Parts: sequence; C-alpha cells; structure tokens
Amino acid sequence: MTARLAKILSSLAAVAVTSACGSYSEISIETPIRATMDVSAFQRVFVAGFISGGTEDVDGNLETTRLLRSQLRTKSSLRVIDADSLPLQDVAAEGRESEQAPPAAVKDEKDLDAYANLFANVEYWKKIGEEYQQPLIVTGTVLFTPHQRNSIVQREEEVYDSFGRRRVVPVRTYQERKGFILSPKFIFIDGRTGTVMHSTTAREEILYNANQATPALSSYFELMDRVIPSFLSTLSSQKIKGTRILLQ
Amino acid sequence: MRTASVVLAGLLALAASPAWADARDDAKKQVEFGIAVAQRGLWREAIYRWERATQLDPTYAAALNNLAIAYEHEGELAKARGAYEKALELEPDNALIKQNYELFREINDRATRKDTQ
Repeated sequence: MTARLAKILSSLAAVAVTSACGSYSEISIETPIRATMDVSAFQRVFVAGFISGGTEDVDGNLETTRLLRSQLRTKSSLRVIDADSLPLQDVAAEGRESEQAPPAAVKDEKDLDAYANLFANVEYWKKIGEEYQQPLIVTGTVLFTPHQRNSIVQREEEVYDSFGRRRVVPVRTYQERKGFILSPKFIFIDGRTGTVMHSTTAREEILYNANQATPALSSYFELMDRVIPSFLSTLSSQKIKGTRILLQ
Repeated sequence: MRTASVVLAGLLALAASPAWADARDDAKKQVEFGIAVAQRGLWREAIYRWERATQLDPTYAAALNNLAIAYEHEGELAKARGAYEKALELEPDNALIKQNYELFREINDRATRKDTQ
C-alpha cells in the first residue's frame, strides 16, 4: 500500500516539475542602436587622415583613412569626399622650434600627446572646412604596436589508454605569445566652425603563438574589424542581428 | 480508505493557493500568446502580452526574460536591462536567461561605451 502511495505522489511531483520547466524557442531579433552624434547638419564627410605610429610594418594613416572611407561609403548616408589625406605631421610641426616640434616617428602614446594642439587648432580646421564645403571632418590618432606576452595556455590533446580508447584531455603549457595592440582615437570636427564635436577611443589586442607568422597588415584589419561597428554607430544608427531564447 | 485520504490531502495541499495558481495560469496564457505574435513579427503586441503576464504574476521569470528580449528588439535598452536583471533575481541559475543577458550586455556595452567630449 505504501509503495502505491509513493508511486502516486512521485507522479504528481513529476507533473509539477515538468510544468515548471516549460519549453523554449529560438527567435531572431534586430537591436537598433541610435547614433551617438547628430550629423543631420552635414551632407559630406571628409576623412582627413591620422597621426599614426607604433610600427613601420603598417601605415596606420593610409590604411585607416582608406578603410573608414570605404565603410562610410556603404554604411552611412553622408557623401564621402575623395581627396588626399592631409599632411598632419607637417602641420603640427609648422611654426614650432625644432626642440618643441612633435616627434616625427610616433612610437608610443606619450609621443601622441605632442599632437593634441593640432586637433584643437580651430582656425586650421575651419580653413579645411571651407575648402571642402563645410563637411564633417574625421581625424585622430592610430597607434598600432607590436606586443608580446608569455602566459599559460590551455589546449586539448588526444591520448589513448592501454585498451586503445581515445580521450581528449586539457593540457596547460607555458607559451610565448606575440601580437599587436591597436589604439585608435577618432576625432569628429565640425567643418563649419573648426571645433571638436566628439571624440571616441578604443583599444583592441590580438596574440598568436610565437612560431605563427601572421602579417602585421592582416592583424591590423582583424583588429579594425572589431573597432569599426562602434565607429559607425557614432555617425549612423545600426541594427545588430542576433538570436535569443524565448521561454514559456 | 487510508490511502485515498492521504492522496486527497496531497491534492488539497497542491491546490492550497488557488489564487496564485490562477494568476500563473492566466500569465502563462499571455506568455504563450506573446510568443505566437512575436514569431509573426508583432513585437508591440508581444510586449503588451508579456507586460500583462508580469503584472499578473510578478514572479514569472520566463515572462520577464521574453519582455527583456522584446524591449531589446525595440531598442529600449534600459528597460531590457531591468527586465533581464529581475528575471535573473528570480532564477539566478537559469542558463538560458543568463545566455540571453550576456548577449544583450555585449550590445548594450557597445551602445553605451564611454566616449569623450
């Protein structure tokens, strides 16, 4: 009799548990992200160039200017101005004594500090604005530096026991890893007034096994891929696609 | 006879709070309807249904999870965060809610990234 009672109660519990767990279904969503800046006053955008450095393997100014222009062409409503990028390093050095001039080769963030006045030079940017019919001007700094870090890395390894059965076990090894750090600062200048409207910074890094020969340029593009969505969402609204789980 | 009375007592115990059970049943209907309309792309209607479900039963974590997803889809990120956090307070070990919340946070962090100027 007691066994029968236990059976009845356990079935009741099972029903309760099943109904509590419920079921789920996957659904696609598109999350809209509003633009950080209001650029409705502009019809054109001029990616003017960047103060760049860190490594000689990649021309940060040239590559960033090209990449941003091509992204803006397809993902923004602004008309992209095709013109040579500005000789910003020369402009920054103009009118300064040689010992006060910013370093010609930028190696680290400290070297970039010497260029801060360039972006705050309202007269210069206003003049550039007039030249290109008062666009939104995009400029800034790009530091792309080699990086090395030694650390414990976990990888999976196949092992076979005495019966020939295969197993995958985690193995921790000390590894030398090399890669790059990308630290861009994007500065948005109003071409009508020459003043800075907005600026945004990012920092991304990538590491590979020391024996893996990855070209610096492909690392640069991999890191820029991570930065670009945030850059674009400053200027135009974006929709980010994803999937979520609905529960019952 | 004795067994029957024990089973009856068990059933009575299960139905001890009929008001709570009714509220959860009604909320569940709203959640199911919300899922059906969301799958057809009618997100505003889904929000209405899931908000109703959370009013009927404020302890219904699944309803809060779904509401958070709908707010996300509509770009109401602050409301989405609030709903996810309430859902996780109610069911901190629910792996599916946690997964949704992690994905949401990636987007939310990007949208609210600290910019200068």
